[in-house]
Amino acid sequence: MTVVKRDPQRDLADLIDTISERALFARLETVRLISIAKTGHYASGFSCAEILATLYYGVMRLRRGEPDWPERDRFLFGKGHAAATLYPLLADWGFFDPRELDEYTRLGNAFGDHPDMTRIPGIDFSSGSLGHALSTGTGIALGTRMRGYDSNVFVLLGDGELHEGQIWEAALGAAHHQVSNLIAIVDRNDHSLDGRIDTVTGIEPLEDKWRAFGWQAHRVDGHDVAALLALLRSVVADTARTSPVVIIADTVKGKGISYMEAEFGWHLGWLAEQDERNAIEELRRGR
Amino acid sequence: MSIAPGLQPESWHLLTLLDRAPGLHALADTLADLVDEGHPILAGTADLKYSNGLVRFQERHPDHYVQFGISEQHMVSTAAGLATTGWQPHVATFASFLALLACEQIRTDVAYTRLPVRLIGHHAGITLGYYGTSHHATEDLAITRSIAGLTVIAPADAAQLRSALRAATDWPGPIYFRIGRGQDPDVYDHDDRGFTIGRAIEHSTGSDLTIIATGSMVHPALSAAAVLEAEGISTGVLDMHTVKPLDADAVSRAAARSGVILTVEEHSVLGGLGGAVAEVVAGHGHGARVVRHGLRDEYALVGPPTHLYRHYGLDTDGIVHAARTALG
Repeated sequence: MTVVKRDPQRDLADLIDTISERALFARLETVRLISIAKTGHYASGFSCAEILATLYYGVMRLRRGEPDWPERDRFLFGKGHAAATLYPLLADWGFFDPRELDEYTRLGNAFGDHPDMTRIPGIDFSSGSLGHALSTGTGIALGTRMRGYDSNVFVLLGDGELHEGQIWEAALGAAHHQVSNLIAIVDRNDHSLDGRIDTVTGIEPLEDKWRAFGWQAHRVDGHDVAALLALLRSVVADTARTSPVVIIADTVKGKGISYMEAEFGWHLGWLAEQDERNAIEELRRGR
Repeated sequence: MSIAPGLQPESWHLLTLLDRAPGLHALADTLADLVDEGHPILAGTADLKYSNGLVRFQERHPDHYVQFGISEQHMVSTAAGLATTGWQPHVATFASFLALLACEQIRTDVAYTRLPVRLIGHHAGITLGYYGTSHHATEDLAITRSIAGLTVIAPADAAQLRSALRAATDWPGPIYFRIGRGQDPDVYDHDDRGFTIGRAIEHSTGSDLTIIATGSMVHPALSAAAVLEAEGISTGVLDMHTVKPLDADAVSRAAARSGVILTVEEHSVLGGLGGAVAEVVAGHGHGARVVRHGLRDEYALVGPPTHLYRHYGLDTDGIVHAARTALG
């Protein structure tokens, strides 16, 4: 019998490659799904592709093909409008047949622009109406803890979503109840529908705000897979933490496609055929 | 306070309320008993544990109690999250703040997801009389009734509340419980074992008139029926404790045998019990008239609850008067 000696550095580099490749896959699938629907949220999905891929392939405790495993970690998509970027990853985990996505948004299909927990295996809570997910996530984190599981609950929030008052109710409540298995990630892509966040309603200084609410706060480049992975893994490994944790992930809205990065109007859109081919080219090249 | 002759002032501060609120004892004690019996029940409130009596639940089961502070939307959404992990959360606050302030959380996080959350809207109707319009809940039935998949139950007294909470333990979807201030006079003198969600309790049948009442209005409706019967008016009374799903069969039978149906509710006549009954009668025909008795298109005055009941005809005399008017 040959024993293969594993090289942790090599393994980590492979994992980072895998995550980056899965982020690209999620972007390409987003383009494909929006092509079926003929309208959708490219830019919001692209800004969080590395965050989603890092969570699903490098951080979360999941069981392949078992979306309801009670001891799993949970993921809640506060900015549910970017669901098209998440669905391909759930299919990849064997939670449903990826071919189901071929009928994305068609009449009666389970897969719409916002995720529906009652119809899509692997969606831990429905979302779409902004501001709810930090509360529902608090409930799930409390509930799993009271059941005796050590599940972590990850909630991805949009930065525009932080305008919602319920976010701050949840921030107070989760800190008060020391819901330390709740980890919020803010996709800080600096834009909401009407423009740059600071021209709509300013939200900085964000880390100070969360810390003042009793949270542990970190900031990271949301497209740097190695940095995201290291930070998320260190948070998860810190089992002595007593407060909820927030990670402000600085991202670029429309990341990966030059004209989407430059123009906030791509919050909602549809690329016509030739543009779509160019977009796929750009994504593949990694610009 | 200037009051009308013959009316007694009410001493009625929230912190002293509990001693005189058997209905609220019923809420806390039943939930605590259900925990003892092994049901996965949690109870929570938004800074109102003295008002709704859950302080008694907290004393017995501190590990099953969650204090949310004054954050109704967060409370409802959190309850939904808790329910996904196998718990059956009961969250309670004033009906106005539950059904109106947290309406979208109820619809999107609790009802659309079909989770077994129990929403306890207490001090419903005008029971918070002189606290004013912000604290009156005269739209909650209309709101909750229109939310798909949400069951709506308004028990008539403490005994029926106990029965309803028990009946709900194996009810699969979400429920909105509409209760008063826990001081409704007893309609049922013991735990009402015959209680079934969705099935009205037929107290009597009448060929002239059927009064269909819900919640706090069942007691005065029964008294009013006795007065009308003594006058020779054949009067039936239905306790429509479940406003949704409405017992359409019971309504239809009442419409078939009575010329007039009088609905009575401590709620706006727009979209509540009266609306629900009218929808059934309109659909089933039978030629009965439906007269809806409750608050009109208006905000209730400020005042002690019993005075308001008299002012709006939501007491025995008022219901008798409404019945006579309806019969022409």
